Amino acid sequence: MNGWLLALLQTGLMIAAAPLLSGWVKWCKCIFQNRQGAAPWQPYRDLGKLFRKEVVVAANASPIFRIAPYIVFSVTALACSVIPLVATGLPTSALADVIVLVGFFALGRFFLALAGMDIGTAFGGMGSSREMTISSLAEPAMLLAVFTLAMSVSSTNLSTMISTLLLRPFQLYPSFIFAAMGLVLVALAETGRIPVDNPATHLELTMIHEAMILEYCGRHLALMEWAAMIKLLLYSVLLVNLFVPWGIATSLTPMLIMSATLLLLGKLLLLGFALAAAESGLAKMRLFRVPQLLGLAFILSLLGMLSHVILEVR
Amino acid sequence: MNFAMLTLSEQLILTLAALILFSSFLLLAQSRMVSLIHTFAWQGALLFAATVLMASSSGHHHLFISAALTLGLKVFFIPWQLRRLVVRLDIRRSVETVGGPSLIMIAAGALTLFSYYVVLPIRELSLLATRNTIAISLAVILIGMLMIITRRKAVAQVIGFMSMENGLFFAAVVSTYGMPMVVELGVAFDVLVAAILFGIFFFQIRSGIGSLDVDHLNRLTEVDK
Amino acid sequence: MPLPIAQLAVVLALCSALLPPLFYRFRHLYKTLAFILLGLAGISAVFAGASALILRQAEQIILPVGLPWLRSHFALDPLAGFFLAIVGLITSVVAFYGPAYCREYEEDGQPLPPLTIFSGLFVSGMFLLTLAADAFSFMVSWELMSISSYFLVVYQHHRAENRSAAFIYLLMAQVGGLCILLGFGVLAGFGGGFAFSAMASAQLSPGWETIAFLLAFVGFGMKAGVVPLHVWLPQAHPVAPSHISALMSGVMLKVAVYGFIRFSYSLLGNFHWQWGVLVLIVGAASALLGVLYALMQHDLKRLLAYHSVENIGIIYIGLGLSMIFAGTGHPSLAALGLVAALYHCLNHALFKSLLFLGAGAVLQRSKQHDMEKMGGLIHRMPFTAGCFLIGCISISALPPFNGFVSEWLTFQAALQGPVLESGVLGSLIPVAAAVLALTGALAAACFVKVFGVVFLGLPRSVQAAAAVEASYGMRFAQAVLALCCLGFGVMPTWTVGVLSGISELLLHQGLPEATASGGLWLTPISPAAASYGAPMVLLGLALAWLITWLWFHPQRRRTPTRIAPPWDCGFGPLNARMQYTATAFSMPIRRIFSPVWPHKEELLPADAEQPERYSLQVGDWAWQKIYLPLGQLLLAAAKRAAMIQGGNIRVYLAYSFFTLLFILWVLV
Repeated sequence: MNGWLLALLQTGLMIAAAPLLSGWVKWCKCIFQNRQGAAPWQPYRDLGKLFRKEVVVAANASPIFRIAPYIVFSVTALACSVIPLVATGLPTSALADVIVLVGFFALGRFFLALAGMDIGTAFGGMGSSREMTISSLAEPAMLLAVFTLAMSVSSTNLSTMISTLLLRPFQLYPSFIFAAMGLVLVALAETGRIPVDNPATHLELTMIHEAMILEYCGRHLALMEWAAMIKLLLYSVLLVNLFVPWGIATSLTPMLIMSATLLLLGKLLLLGFALAAAESGLAKMRLFRVPQLLGLAFILSLLGMLSHVILEVR
Repeated sequence: MNFAMLTLSEQLILTLAALILFSSFLLLAQSRMVSLIHTFAWQGALLFAATVLMASSSGHHHLFISAALTLGLKVFFIPWQLRRLVVRLDIRRSVETVGGPSLIMIAAGALTLFSYYVVLPIRELSLLATRNTIAISLAVILIGMLMIITRRKAVAQVIGFMSMENGLFFAAVVSTYGMPMVVELGVAFDVLVAAILFGIFFFQIRSGIGSLDVDHLNRLTEVDK
Repeated sequence: MPLPIAQLAVVLALCSALLPPLFYRFRHLYKTLAFILLGLAGISAVFAGASALILRQAEQIILPVGLPWLRSHFALDPLAGFFLAIVGLITSVVAFYGPAYCREYEEDGQPLPPLTIFSGLFVSGMFLLTLAADAFSFMVSWELMSISSYFLVVYQHHRAENRSAAFIYLLMAQVGGLCILLGFGVLAGFGGGFAFSAMASAQLSPGWETIAFLLAFVGFGMKAGVVPLHVWLPQAHPVAPSHISALMSGVMLKVAVYGFIRFSYSLLGNFHWQWGVLVLIVGAASALLGVLYALMQHDLKRLLAYHSVENIGIIYIGLGLSMIFAGTGHPSLAALGLVAALYHCLNHALFKSLLFLGAGAVLQRSKQHDMEKMGGLIHRMPFTAGCFLIGCISISALPPFNGFVSEWLTFQAALQGPVLESGVLGSLIPVAAAVLALTGALAAACFVKVFGVVFLGLPRSVQAAAAVEASYGMRFAQAVLALCCLGFGVMPTWTVGVLSGISELLLHQGLPEATASGGLWLTPISPAAASYGAPMVLLGLALAWLITWLWFHPQRRRTPTRIAPPWDCGFGPLNARMQYTATAFSMPIRRIFSPVWPHKEELLPADAEQPERYSLQVGDWAWQKIYLPLGQLLLAAAKRAAMIQGGNIRVYLAYSFFTLLFILWVLV
């Protein structure tokens, strides 16, 4: 019972904390660019404002347009319950393994892209087309990277993977380095960060995610934006907990969980800082350079798997 | 032999081996001449690090000399020389491969797997913890050859040749603690001479056929088309 | 007990075929009655097949028909029962769909009797095929299925493209049939009999085993449509009537897979892992090329046909993994691969039929084949759109629907690659899994395109704007299949438990681990290695939805929803020509994977009648590089051979004379 309660609490915490990470990244970016940034909790204000606003729906919108924000948000929220945040062995983590998690992201994206095409604007179709193209290249790279880890610990359950890694003494696995690099590139593409997409852009022909949700406003837009923030947090937690798992609580004592939470907060803030630094330093790519980036991610994951087979087995 | 039983420095050498393989893939994928040369320098640096680690962990101190040679020649001198050449020949941005890049990448992956398959029986002969890297070295050699085949420009082919030599050197270092000193010095000297000779040849080829694209040498065929 | 019911199903299907000749004058009678009989046949087949599968019993009957020295053997075991149930399920659903759909042909003045006769024969051929237990009755039912489906493809024979598609189909079906016949010949030669039981006990040398396997692989692969034997499929499926396309794509391909499984698992049995590698590579190539070719199609039914190639590829990936594991001595993993493949057979039958039925409804109501002329149909056909959406989600392998479960199982089987001794194989298999992941992601992109262009946005033609919802029978058929898609997606544990009966029959190894953690959890290897709680996922989704909705619903009163014209960044009024088209949607993928298709992209200059316009033609490499040269070679050879046709009567007499002499010489 304790486990279920904790799982529910963890899910709620992740959903609630997601805007903070986005705000933190934005704030760090402002620092790097020598601007005075809005406070890290600014996204909460934005979301609150959007929720209070009037909702305008296009006249030719179909039911898909109206239900898509709810589906995207609930799928992302469900994904939160699957990822071990501060403790392993929660009952919800058996709900779905990492392949199902990728499936959750794909389901959310499917409806997001459909919503983009619903009104029939050129921008929406363009965003959907690009999003689906990029994700179809990113998904195999991600799965191959995950497979490398899964073969190393012979499990695809995130909770089991992390606890197996925690139990082992420190080893320098070449395959993990490659998998981590591949996964970072995939995460950049999937969460729509520079150099693939620009989260700050509006009304530019280069945008992907924003183009799909152009027609949304009010609480629909708020849900979509919030889901995107949660996705960023999910990928960050995934990266941090898979490759730097030290500190995660393996049993459910309050002391351990407290320290795990603090440690995770530190890691996430560091990761956000690094992301902001990378985003300030890099330029956005042309759309048709992105396949090369994702091809690199795929090669990295492939090399990870090959080096697992060649160097680590036997 | 379990991976977890290796010492940390041995694990680090294996990691460096994997990174050297990755740098070979990068060489194959680079389309710009200058970044190609930089990647080659990075491969040399990785090789240097692996040699130093091997020297310090195994106590074979003559490897330090090899490492120093690697650092001097492959990380600084040859890349610097090539870069100067490229600048003087003004081919900094040329993009030139034969066949689709993704196809070449797939071929490189298959070559890696193939060299693993070939090396399996040989591997049993070595007793070193790092013997698993023989497959990687062979893959680096084969990918270097693939690069020579798929590139049009002579400069890129030279880099492919040098990276083959890197693979050979790496194999010698990690599987048998390096070749005898005389051989190693000789090879290093050869590479140096080769680099200088190639430089001279580039100018000769270019003044002869007006381009560095080796496809233009097709004219030298015996059979008239 | 199940076998007599299966016989009843065959008899009912044959009766429906016999109705038109018997009651030629009473059109209304046979029109309705034929579909009722077909539906009853389907339901009894489902009943017979499912009970044989669940009860795990095998029955055999020897009928006093057939060749003088060979009575017809028929048998119903769990494997046959599974496929019989699939055929029956789709048949009964199609029987609901058919009457309303055929009304269109009636209005066009097309004769109904051939459609009715050959539908009945087609279905009974497939029933018989699953039941056949000797090579002779197997081949007879195989040809019955092939030839009756030929007549169904050529049904609208006034169109030239239908005739050529049907001809290619017939040709390839016959070549495939020949290969299968030869394969059976090898087995019968060593086993000393044409009954399957005799063939199964045949002792073959490894060389002959491989020859028999390759013959079966080509023969059944020709029918199943693996790359590069797929070229008939995208031509034949779109031109048949839609409910027949559903049967052909959803069921007939599965029957070919059934034949392949029967031949290699139950008749050959002794696996070589090299076969598995062949099947795996061909399967991966089919999956990837199938989806990539599908992405470039604009004809809705042709697109779906290419997706059949993709899904057959996924099934073959599962089978290939199973064969590799079986050949290297890992029977429990082999069982996992086999169950994944079988599960995908079921799923593909469900969602592909659903999509073809939906496409049929769209085609009938919008009078368009071309996706570029549809659009906005969700407003006019909401029910069809809802069912079609479920089909799209299922085929894109998204949780919690059924397509996901079978792909997940295939992934789990592939992740067990490292148990193999050979490191090369162990690293090839995860690459196949990555290809599968790419396939799934591209399929999702393709179905976003399909649903977005066909059902969303603004109507692109007058007919699409005037479409109305499909009739009740058609809607009911789609609803049943959509519910099945959800049901088999949410209850994988039960299904896997049932399917492991088949692997116990074929590999003597079930999947006890998969269902060990209770009905809610699917754990193919062990709970620690991987688990998927499909009902819990659905529950979680519903819960998350409910909470979100409860949270925001009260705000609806405070912030009312205003309906306004689309914003579109403030550009002028929107019209249908400004939307993204299907061609535009797939442009990035076309550019990234451009060597995959032979395509010609050009801008046609303006002339007196039309303004400047864009033209894109996408072909098929297999057709251009393999079949056309082969056809030319055959034609040239035929021209050479035609020299003996001198036209002179004395020459022909001389032929007869020499033949006579030859025969006399042989006899003496």
